[in-house]
Amino acid sequence: MQHAPASAADAPRGSSIIRAIEASGVAFIVSVPDITTSEGLLRPLVQRASGAGPRLIRVCKEDEGVGICAGLSYCDKRALLLIQQTGMLDSINAIRGVAVEYELPICMMVGLLEKEPGVPPRQSRRYGVRIVEPILDAMGIPYHEIETEADVAKIAPVIDDAYADSHPTVLLIGRRPATS
Amino acid sequence: MMKSDDCLKVLARHVTERDIVLPVYSTAFDWIAIRPHPLNYLAHGAMGLASSHGLGLALGRPEQRVIVLDGDGSLLMNLGSLVTIAEAAPRNFIHFVCENGTYEANGGHPIPNRDRVDFAGFARAAGYRSVHAFSDLTHFEQQVGAVLDEEGPVFIDLKVMPSGPQNRDYSLLHGAAARAATREALRAG
Repeated sequence: MQHAPASAADAPRGSSIIRAIEASGVAFIVSVPDITTSEGLLRPLVQRASGAGPRLIRVCKEDEGVGICAGLSYCDKRALLLIQQTGMLDSINAIRGVAVEYELPICMMVGLLEKEPGVPPRQSRRYGVRIVEPILDAMGIPYHEIETEADVAKIAPVIDDAYADSHPTVLLIGRRPATS
Repeated sequence: MMKSDDCLKVLARHVTERDIVLPVYSTAFDWIAIRPHPLNYLAHGAMGLASSHGLGLALGRPEQRVIVLDGDGSLLMNLGSLVTIAEAAPRNFIHFVCENGTYEANGGHPIPNRDRVDFAGFARAAGYRSVHAFSDLTHFEQQVGAVLDEEGPVFIDLKVMPSGPQNRDYSLLHGAAARAATREALRAG
């Protein structure tokens, strides 16, 4: 697939992503900080967590978050695991056992560290980016690229679908969300 | 040193109908024999994650007590969860570790540095609100009621002997039927 050249104006806005997350009924954000989403997404989520936004649970390691989101799902509480692809790769066994084999709605928003803006993950020069989608394919986990502002519209339906059908899902954040 | 199943029998007398209990591996097989109940949350998907599932449950059901019966080998795989739990600070979270010094379900091999590692020290340093350790059954029997009434997160290190031979049918822990029963019980309130 050919992608148009990237421009900064195409970047998804963090505020739009947060609106989509909240519209989907997510009550908990479970996170290890990620470079891609740190400024545009996590920092404003931290500010919202002190008010009416979803509660932020800081975890030491990403696989903890898989367990926390699972426990919350048993209580019919929606959660989003906000991590980096390195942490997702580190948590493969937890995702395998908890999310895939137990068919639980573990929703992961994964920043793609060092992916080039506008370049599809599979065509990245970075090995650690190129392997992400093939691994998710092998695990049978659906994923969705969030590369532009137009892609933000995918977020709420994807989360709704994961909870409706009880399956994991991954939203791949391919570039730093804009802060304004 | 206490017998694991003796400790669990004592504990079972203090667990209420609404408590959610997450036992792991050899402790799980002992526990479900002593106290079968649909609010036994048995499917953790990967070794070490019981405390994290427990945190999710405690956050999702703040009006119910959540009791994790962790293993020492399991907790060593997820020590960071102690810090996470201490920060989230759920008042309804009770975290036992059944410290038998072995990976009992994986052949009985010793955990690393088992003669010196200090699980209560880990929990204290992580910031748990209250930390206890018991190696005498009579003392545990006398104290457990008060310990369970404390505001969480509470950590209790039980110094126990390995359970010994067990019939470990893992489908009882991870099977779809067990998971469905737990979900149904939680939805029933």
